[in-house]
Amino acid sequence: MTAPSPLWSTLTDPLIRQNPVTLQILGICSALAVTTQLPTALTMAASLSVVLVLSAGIISLIRRHIPDAIRLIVQIVIVASLVIVIDQLLQAYLFEISQSLSVFVSLITTNCLVLGRTESFARHNPPLPAMIDALGNGLGYSLVLISIGALRELFGAGTLLGYPVLPLAEEGGWFTPLALMMLAPSAFFLLGGLVWAIRSLRPEQAEPLEFPLPKVGEGGE
Amino acid sequence: MADLNPFAAWRRLLALPNESRTKTLAMAFLVSAACALLVSGATVVLRPIQSANRAAEQQARIEALVAGVPGMSELLAESGGTLSSVIIDLNKARAATEVTPETLEAALADMANWTALAPGEDLAGLGSRPDYAQVFLLRGGEGISLMLLPISGAGYNGRIDAILALRGDMQTIAGLAITGQSETPGLGARIEEPAWLSSFGGVRTMDARGDLRFAVAKGPAASEYEVDGITGATRTSSAMTRMIRFWLGPQGYGPLIEAVRRGEF
Repeated sequence: MTAPSPLWSTLTDPLIRQNPVTLQILGICSALAVTTQLPTALTMAASLSVVLVLSAGIISLIRRHIPDAIRLIVQIVIVASLVIVIDQLLQAYLFEISQSLSVFVSLITTNCLVLGRTESFARHNPPLPAMIDALGNGLGYSLVLISIGALRELFGAGTLLGYPVLPLAEEGGWFTPLALMMLAPSAFFLLGGLVWAIRSLRPEQAEPLEFPLPKVGEGGE
Repeated sequence: MADLNPFAAWRRLLALPNESRTKTLAMAFLVSAACALLVSGATVVLRPIQSANRAAEQQARIEALVAGVPGMSELLAESGGTLSSVIIDLNKARAATEVTPETLEAALADMANWTALAPGEDLAGLGSRPDYAQVFLLRGGEGISLMLLPISGAGYNGRIDAILALRGDMQTIAGLAITGQSETPGLGARIEEPAWLSSFGGVRTMDARGDLRFAVAKGPAASEYEVDGITGATRTSSAMTRMIRFWLGPQGYGPLIEAVRRGEF
């Protein structure tokens, strides 16, 4: 077997090993807010990936000419403009989904994931690797969003993409929807569980304790 | 002599050190100009499609509102399945003669067709009120059996647009549909929830003496003139009260409602 090319590992690393959500805990606000159903999670994941790839491409193209003093503003302006364009496109062609995503598409601007990738990777690399890295990170984010969205829709409403999967008790089946799954805390629980599972399988991801645990004597006092 | 060739000037600009003041200013200007072009281009190109979407959604909400009123689907089927639409001249409380649904938008673009509201009258926080409004009517056996009135007012975060349906007696709310709002998601935006909107059905707007009594209660509804307030959205709830009272009052559709009750319409 030959060693994987650097571009391939740039693409696949952020999927699990360097996943931006579960390892770096970036961009979780939107991961919690838009995952009540699979369709909104899919649209959000796609929008974020498109914004991430395009902004990485643009910023990487002009990387040699961005003055250091205003580099964050330049990046944010580019990201924000792309987000507005995507938001307008959604409102024109996917009106119903854009209504349910409401403010969260505009909030991609402040998603730490986008600025994180443009600032740390796209600014120092040529366009192709920058865009592949952005795509990998977008896919890693999408993977988490889609798994949480699928779990929440399945157990919260008994459907997947709107199609009934688990027969509901009120329609003669056996499944009673878990109302908790429709509320924001369930996304915290699921995300926490996911991080725990991944770090148990890959112990190298676990962070060392910042402080030693205090020693407590046996038997109280 | 200065070199006026634009390509050479461009190359000189790119060759400047990134930290120079000229290049910083030039880059900031170029990036913002490009982004401004991109954003305004997208907005202008996509606006027709978006407003068609919004119009379709408003139509769907009117249909859902009518379908949600008990017994209304049968009445609608009897009358031929359509609502009739009339432009009302709010100052004269009768159908407008010179404005049609097609010319309404053009008429309202002219500020001469708006009436400024004195601060004391301006319950809904509108500033000024259009003189023409498009209402929808359903005529039953003896007169009007349902009237749909578009209303609007200032909410907590922005304008709230809604359609209020009144039953034939003009004193009972048949239903309410929100067609536009930008209230806080999860709090004020709950005015869009079907459960809350359905509580408007059957609520009376005025008492036997003809005084407006409607209110969104602070807490659970205590009388037949009230609907439950929304917890955590006091400002939005009271905006809804003021907006509905304004539009049912003398500056809004009050004269029209009187005319309908006298059977003059």
